Amino acid sequence: MKTENQKAWFFVLPVLLLVAFNALIPMMTVVNYSVQETFGDNVFFWEGLNWFQQILRSERFHAALGRQFMFTGLILIIEIPLGIAIALSMPRKGFWVPVCLVLMALPMLIPWNVVGAMWNIFTLPDIGLLGYFLNHVLGISYDMTQDPVAAWITIVTMDVWHWTSLVVLLSYAGLVSIPDAYYQAAKIDGASNWSVFRFIQFPKMKTVLTIAILLRFMDSFNIYTEPFVLTGGGPGNSTTLLSIDLVKIALGQFDLGPAAAMSLIYFAITLLVSWLFYTLMTKDDLN
Amino acid sequence: MPLELKQVTKRVGGALHIKETSLVLEPGHFNVLLGATGSGKTSLIKMMAGLDPIASGQVLMDGQDVTRLSTQKRNISLVHQFFINYPHMTVYDNIASPLKVAGMAKSEIQGRVEEAADILQLRPMLNRRPHELSGGQQQRTALARAIAKESKAVFLDEPLANLDYKLREELRDQLPELFAGRGAVVVYATSEPEEALLLGGRTALMEDGRVTQFGVTAETYRDPANVRAARVFSDPPINTAEIVKQGSRAVLGGDLSWELTGEAANLADGQYTVAIRPHHVLPVADAQCTVSLSGRVQVTELSGSESSAHFEMGAGSWVSLSAGVHPYEVGEIHEFHMDPKACYFFAPDGARVA
Repeated sequence: MKTENQKAWFFVLPVLLLVAFNALIPMMTVVNYSVQETFGDNVFFWEGLNWFQQILRSERFHAALGRQFMFTGLILIIEIPLGIAIALSMPRKGFWVPVCLVLMALPMLIPWNVVGAMWNIFTLPDIGLLGYFLNHVLGISYDMTQDPVAAWITIVTMDVWHWTSLVVLLSYAGLVSIPDAYYQAAKIDGASNWSVFRFIQFPKMKTVLTIAILLRFMDSFNIYTEPFVLTGGGPGNSTTLLSIDLVKIALGQFDLGPAAAMSLIYFAITLLVSWLFYTLMTKDDLN
Repeated sequence: MPLELKQVTKRVGGALHIKETSLVLEPGHFNVLLGATGSGKTSLIKMMAGLDPIASGQVLMDGQDVTRLSTQKRNISLVHQFFINYPHMTVYDNIASPLKVAGMAKSEIQGRVEEAADILQLRPMLNRRPHELSGGQQQRTALARAIAKESKAVFLDEPLANLDYKLREELRDQLPELFAGRGAVVVYATSEPEEALLLGGRTALMEDGRVTQFGVTAETYRDPANVRAARVFSDPPINTAEIVKQGSRAVLGGDLSWELTGEAANLADGQYTVAIRPHHVLPVADAQCTVSLSGRVQVTELSGSESSAHFEMGAGSWVSLSAGVHPYEVGEIHEFHMDPKACYFFAPDGARVA
């Protein structure tokens, strides 16, 4: 057999270094912390899988995980159908197309902590435009700093406001890629609007919707900035999502070991659910 | 059960895209719309199908005014140049889709789908999806859908344009037979004069958003009503030149003239346009081709059984099309011979006079 040219490795090396420094090494540091106990001064004691066991058994983690799934579930249930509906009702040609697109893109252009601060001020019961209006004009008691239900309504509404556009834009991209001829064919077949959606628009949107759901899942499952700025996890712990809890343990309590273990579990769950989503949603296409 | 257009027009952005058009399209034979790209064939079809709005005029099916009726309620079929099938459905479901929408019983759907599939030789492909089929099979699926639906009007908008040569010939031969005896008005749009002649039936010649002539295909070919119609229904393009009639002779340019016979001899003296099809201009003289003209050969094409030459003479560029292989040298001055009896004469306003 001929000697293979080994020079190719040199071309891969820069990428390998880059990935090592921005992903592998930080990740391994977390793994390192997750199996040891440290009291500073670079002194470590071996703990094995203790931290993992502790986290997995902790009520606090279960509660945060439950809230996290509830949050992600709620925003997906609202944003996906709402996004599709908005995309379907957007004009497909003419003057209003760029106007709609810019309006849709606006919320996504605002920095995350600004979004949190905006909604915080907007909904404060005494000075916020919405908060004041609800409490003092309509007489509905609404205080997200005191009432967990109000807090939940606020963070979910905020996320819907911030991110439905992503679903809209992706669905819209799928929609405009459908040639007119298909709509004409459906009209000629005598198809109703529902059939057009079910048999022409939806199949064409499926691929981009898969991506939209995946992105929205990962993003909302890892969400930190907006709810942190808006509610700070409160009132009480009612809106303490996983990432907020993680930061509390790592930076608030400086429990680096348990925090590292929790990070890895968190990461594994995100990965697992994403994989499940993707496999289930693309199953049909493979057959 | 004719399909009738009464003085229909269509506007695009204020401009008149389809000028006032009236046509009566009958079932039992093909109704060919022949015209170049952009001449309005597809627009006219979309207007008949109700897909494009009509600015003025009426569309009648079976004598009923359907101008304001939505496409969904018109009971029509349309086959596009591009193979339009529902990508995620099997061939069976594609053919069945209009019947399902109409709420037909399953057993009846099956009967109709299988009949259409047999006619178009799609039986073995019924469980496949469109992307697993060749272009010809995809287009046959679209045709099968039109046949299974048994609609009152079938619009075929250049259905063979995207198929390769062999498939096109094969399907073109089958087409008239497919729709024979089904009682539907068949409208077939094409940009190829040859296709219109092969399909027979009646042909409407279209140019620049208007129908310039409508009649039995062979007659329309033989007897162009005006110079525009003659240009549309000729491939390669018909040769034209300005002539002056003086006494019994036609004078083309300074040095070429010939004796007129038949109707042309009775025309008043004056300016006319003469037109002659390329296959009446031959490189060798024979009993019919008695008028000689010489020109400089510019382009030659050899298609196996035919030779064509574009040549420049004083009056413009003409084409000669002859059977067999004829050797031309590009740049040489060549003698061509035309048949004076095959000439068409048009008045300056374009109307045919002889």
